Amino acid sequence: MDIKLMISIFPSLLSGAVITLQILVSSMFFGLIIGFIFAILRINKNPIISKFAYGYSYFFRGTPLLVQLYLIYYGLANIEFLRNSFFWVIIKEPYWCAIIAFSLNTGAYTSEILRSAFQTIKKGYIEAAQSLGVTKKITFYRIQLPIAIKQSLPAYGNEIILILKGTSLASVITIMDLMGEARKVNVLTFKPFEAFITAGIIYLFITFIIHNIIKYLEKKYGFQT
Amino acid sequence: MELLSFGDTGWGDELFFATLMTIAVSISAMVIGFAFALIFTPLKLSKNKKLNVIGNCYTTIIRGVPELLVIYLLFFGGTGAVMYVASIFGYDGYIEINAFITGALAIGVISGAYSTEVFRGAILSIDKGQFEASKVLGIKKYIQFYKIILPQMLRLSIPNLSNVWQITLKDTSLISVTGLVEIMRQSYIAAGSTRDPLFFYSVAAVLYLMLTFLSMKLINKLEIKYSKGY
Repeated sequence: MDIKLMISIFPSLLSGAVITLQILVSSMFFGLIIGFIFAILRINKNPIISKFAYGYSYFFRGTPLLVQLYLIYYGLANIEFLRNSFFWVIIKEPYWCAIIAFSLNTGAYTSEILRSAFQTIKKGYIEAAQSLGVTKKITFYRIQLPIAIKQSLPAYGNEIILILKGTSLASVITIMDLMGEARKVNVLTFKPFEAFITAGIIYLFITFIIHNIIKYLEKKYGFQT
Repeated sequence: MELLSFGDTGWGDELFFATLMTIAVSISAMVIGFAFALIFTPLKLSKNKKLNVIGNCYTTIIRGVPELLVIYLLFFGGTGAVMYVASIFGYDGYIEINAFITGALAIGVISGAYSTEVFRGAILSIDKGQFEASKVLGIKKYIQFYKIILPQMLRLSIPNLSNVWQITLKDTSLISVTGLVEIMRQSYIAAGSTRDPLFFYSVAAVLYLMLTFLSMKLINKLEIKYSKGY
């Protein structure tokens, strides 16, 4: 083990970690929006709509993230009219392709988490609201939604860590994130242990911080039963 | 469809064998994972603090770093480590470890961490009376484990192991970066030589969906079969 090398590559790995975090935060943001939309579609009473939402989450949870990333990065560029349209500006950039793929992927998982949270809300709460004459809209925003968010916090914490691990795939499509920087160091120095263990320590550190933030939020806002 | 025909003109047979390779890697990784889990589950449950720390380190580190990192570490680092050991014995040539072995080992280490957590949960949910009863009957510790705890633990962990299997199956796609020709690598090759990535990656997605769908059916059957008595 070459400790000196590990320290000397630390700054460049940290600059990669910044990109990893950027991708993580943007994927989480879009993923949450997608997740909310599909969770609400899932609990819709219309079977066609809920089947569609189920199909979406089945596809993205049943195939590897790498396939989804390749489909978006290599596959979409194959479609002629997309290449001539405004979307080309976005999908020609690997950075945006990665964010699209990760958002769609985490959106599917988030929608499942939220759906199960919605479905485990006690019927009594909704019935109580109904008997008090609260409108459906207010019941949703003031009662169902807050409870669902609180209940899904622990599962969502795990999901964030899964996306963090997923972002390492961005390095496969030429993005210089934390993983990409570690690969570069490995290629330049032929020291795989030093390169990847240093990157692993940074990844573990980020995981540790996310874990503790979620724990804190759970303690503060968690659902007490 | 012509692209998917069997024989020299299409990619059907290549993709078929690639699918078999994916299944082979997944199963080997799962078995290696079980071996790791059977070592580390007792460590995690042990009353000895030091052993406890070792077990916790394994699951925390493996589940906290990206899968790709573990694969790269074993793939690039493994060759170096083996060559170093060989040089001690006086062999200085280049040794390349089989991509299948490193791949299965890397995914196995990852899947082992998840299996450990599953087994730990299953053992903790076994009634305490079972342990006490076998102790009272004077059954030796290892017989108690193999004959009483292990069968119950396996039954209880089937539902969660099916999740681990899904994760393992999907993780095998990452081995493609090391050059092992499984579904992902084969689609990459096919997409490159036909310049039709959209089609071949869609085929890959469908193949993975089929694998997950079929294995879910199979595991559900197992679950029903082994919960008959309860």
